[in-house]
Amino acid sequence: MTTKASTKSNIVTSPVSRRDFLRVSAIAGGGVLLASYFEPLNASEPTGLAALDHNGIAGLGAADPSLNAFIRITPDGIVTIVGKNPEVGQGIKTMLPMLIAEELDVDWKNVRVEQGDFDPTKFQAQVAGGSTATPTNWLPMRRVGAAARAMLVGAAAQKWSVPAAECETAKGVVTHKPSGRTMSYGALASAAATMSAPDLATIALKDPKNFTIIGTRVRGVDTKAIVTGKPLYGIDVTVPGMLYATFVKAPVFGAKVASANVDEIKKLPGVKHAFVVAGETALTGLLGGVAIVADSWWQTQSARAQLNVTWADHPTAQQSSEGYAKRAAELAALAPQRSLRKDGDIDAALKSAAHTASASYYYPFIAHAPLEPQNTTASFKNGLMEIWAPTQNPSPGRALVAKTLGIKEDTITIHITRGGGGFGRRLTNDPMVEAAWIAKEIGVPVKLLWSREDDMQHDMYRPAGWHNFTGGVDAAGKLVAWQNHFVSFGEGTNFASSASIGATEFPAKFIPNFSLGASVMPSGVPMGPLRAPGSNGIAFATQSFIDELAHAAGKDPLQFRLDLLANMQADPAPATPLAAGGPPPQAGFDGPRMAGVVKEVAERAGWGKKLPKGTGMGIAFHFSHRGYVAEVVQASVSQAGKVTVQHVWAVADVGSEIINPFGAETQVQGAVFDGIAQAMAQEINIVKGAASEGNFDEFPLYRMTEAVPVEVFFRKSGNSPTGLGEPALPPVIPALTNAIFAATGKRVRTLPLSKHDLSWS
Amino acid sequence: MPVTFTVNGTSRTVDVPSDMPLLWVLRDVLDLKGSKFGCGLGQCGACTVHLNGAPVRSCQIPSAALQGMKITTIEGLSPDGTHPLQKAWEELDVPQCGYCQAGQLMSAAALLQKHPKPTDAEIDTAMAGNLCRCATYLRIRAGIHRAAEIMADGGKSRAGGTSGAPGGLR
Repeated sequence: MTTKASTKSNIVTSPVSRRDFLRVSAIAGGGVLLASYFEPLNASEPTGLAALDHNGIAGLGAADPSLNAFIRITPDGIVTIVGKNPEVGQGIKTMLPMLIAEELDVDWKNVRVEQGDFDPTKFQAQVAGGSTATPTNWLPMRRVGAAARAMLVGAAAQKWSVPAAECETAKGVVTHKPSGRTMSYGALASAAATMSAPDLATIALKDPKNFTIIGTRVRGVDTKAIVTGKPLYGIDVTVPGMLYATFVKAPVFGAKVASANVDEIKKLPGVKHAFVVAGETALTGLLGGVAIVADSWWQTQSARAQLNVTWADHPTAQQSSEGYAKRAAELAALAPQRSLRKDGDIDAALKSAAHTASASYYYPFIAHAPLEPQNTTASFKNGLMEIWAPTQNPSPGRALVAKTLGIKEDTITIHITRGGGGFGRRLTNDPMVEAAWIAKEIGVPVKLLWSREDDMQHDMYRPAGWHNFTGGVDAAGKLVAWQNHFVSFGEGTNFASSASIGATEFPAKFIPNFSLGASVMPSGVPMGPLRAPGSNGIAFATQSFIDELAHAAGKDPLQFRLDLLANMQADPAPATPLAAGGPPPQAGFDGPRMAGVVKEVAERAGWGKKLPKGTGMGIAFHFSHRGYVAEVVQASVSQAGKVTVQHVWAVADVGSEIINPFGAETQVQGAVFDGIAQAMAQEINIVKGAASEGNFDEFPLYRMTEAVPVEVFFRKSGNSPTGLGEPALPPVIPALTNAIFAATGKRVRTLPLSKHDLSWS
Repeated sequence: MPVTFTVNGTSRTVDVPSDMPLLWVLRDVLDLKGSKFGCGLGQCGACTVHLNGAPVRSCQIPSAALQGMKITTIEGLSPDGTHPLQKAWEELDVPQCGYCQAGQLMSAAALLQKHPKPTDAEIDTAMAGNLCRCATYLRIRAGIHRAAEIMADGGKSRAGGTSGAPGGLR
């Protein structure tokens, strides 16, 4: 999976701007290699990616926002593009090369895509998180393609002694229009390597109306390998001579081993090593546990069944979901520990409001449950560590391995494999450090694989959260006052990972009298970003309470929302800066853009049509990851209380182009089902400091039998394209609970739905 | 105790612990990595293979039960990746992460053997045990219908160029 092109020594490096370089080199045997290279900025300078980082995705903000690309053109006309970012099903390995190929003007049939290894000397920001790849790569990747095209045109013009302006390109061929002469990119590649590189900052890009690849349905570059069962994923890695490992951690998060019968375990069939790992304290790193290494993974599991461990006492054992709920209720009754935002005069506005409503909302911990359980293969030989991992975020993984094992970062190589789903789980590299530790300890290559129960019971969970609202509408039915006391996890002024709320989170800036306060409680549960972090809970609470206020005001929930979106405050109070752990404010929420998707989804769904008793439509919208998404759910509730989703409509505004409609549609449909599954029955219960649920029988995923029509529409706006991995998830949950209210008159204020009696008569 | 069985048409003999599930025999002994581990309890279907023609969860079949059995895995679904389902999956670009798809394809292949023109209800019943965490179910369902068409049409697919699929994914 590595990219290796033997290069001659006469490398032409042309500085094309203060920041971006295009490095061009000839390939031995013919052809050209182009690499866009980013000169790191002063670390204090604000960067594009850091500005996009939100909701506490560890490691993202710290990365240099370098935007790189590698293109290799060989004499056979094949263009090989290295996909630098981890692929976990979001389609990036296909999408980023499409951007380059479009401007290069090459036939997609002649494009090959290779997965790039983690290599911070070539690439930076190799991460799958935050739906950031589209907005950060949209222009840079196209510029690289355009620069390569310009050099091929330049080479042809030189050969023919004609002005470059008289040459055109299409499908990997340069044509001199006046004479009709043509040359293929393959034939020009070596000559192109001698051309000086154009300025990336000023290179002309195609008019979007001339796009031939962007906007077409391009099949995933790995689809053929997937449907024929080729080894692609971390779990499929084989290294000669490798052994298999299981790492058994304490049920109580962070508890260490007091004693274990490792000497007996070592005698079991196939077992080669069994030892205690002391571990550290950070829940995202190497924890204490017992490593069992055997000739086959099955033998590690058989040995595990004989393992007796006494775990040391740990304070987290005193904690539980029940205890958190109790403490959250106590905190809700007090004034918020701190204010995140105050606009206008909330007390006066609530006093003078014609109607007020108060309600408390809750969502539980949930697990990521990617279908490929956590795993990593590692080999430590001659002081060098080689790692194969389905990681979403290799950079902090390497740092973690180096720090924990006491080895230097530059002795560690990381190969990024395809990931069998990520959803944010693989942003944390705890499996990587476990595998590396075991490999170093035994001196033999080893594949560490977690069981499903390991995966579900040692996740970085989506944090539970509590929202305590009071709202007021005036006599005209306009929302004039909004107060939220958000209760979450953290310590002091820090929120736990992904347990925060932003001071500009909607409906901030749309209601004149607005108050957002927060209180936190400590927790020993590992937490982290899960698809649309923060938003996946906040949207449920916010859009449900907006629905309640609409009904309190006697207004149609659609019209009430449109009125609210039209009420953007001209000069809102500046947001209070957040302490560490809080997200930077999301870049501008644009009321009219959101109103556009809300109106369209209502039209598409036939909002307002007469439905039978027990059937209802709910609407919700949410802005996250720069995407504007509104969704309508039509659901029925049987008299016995069984909820059946019948149909979903989704409208998204993620900018001017849908780069790959194949990927875009399926991301939205998958996010919709993911959200419905969360709402229906997913919950991780913490009991005595450990997760209760262990497998899919206790944590149900969506199934084929529940796959109802999801109609997806993209509303193209004049904005630069943004990502779609996440923003389609948050609105579907409140759209569903609002539909349940419409069907039954029962307001769902806590998730999951499986805990509610929704029967009616 | 050695057991002998047929995998994708080839006779194989392995000497492994009698309780080692077929999934791990395939993956770690015979180096057929296409069948996937997802849950170990027969809950997710990622490990689905055909045992004497019927779809089974290979994580639930101990090696001791394999003597004389005929196993087909994703690697043996077709000699060159041209089973109508594989063609349809490419046409509609069914996978997202793709991890579950070997199991989905093997369940779907067994369905099409029984019902060459399955209804939505027959698809739901046959596929209910195969989880897709990315939830590409609409495309899986569309892919099965499309494969049925390809089969009826003598194996022709529309695949070609950058884009095979029309709309109709809703």
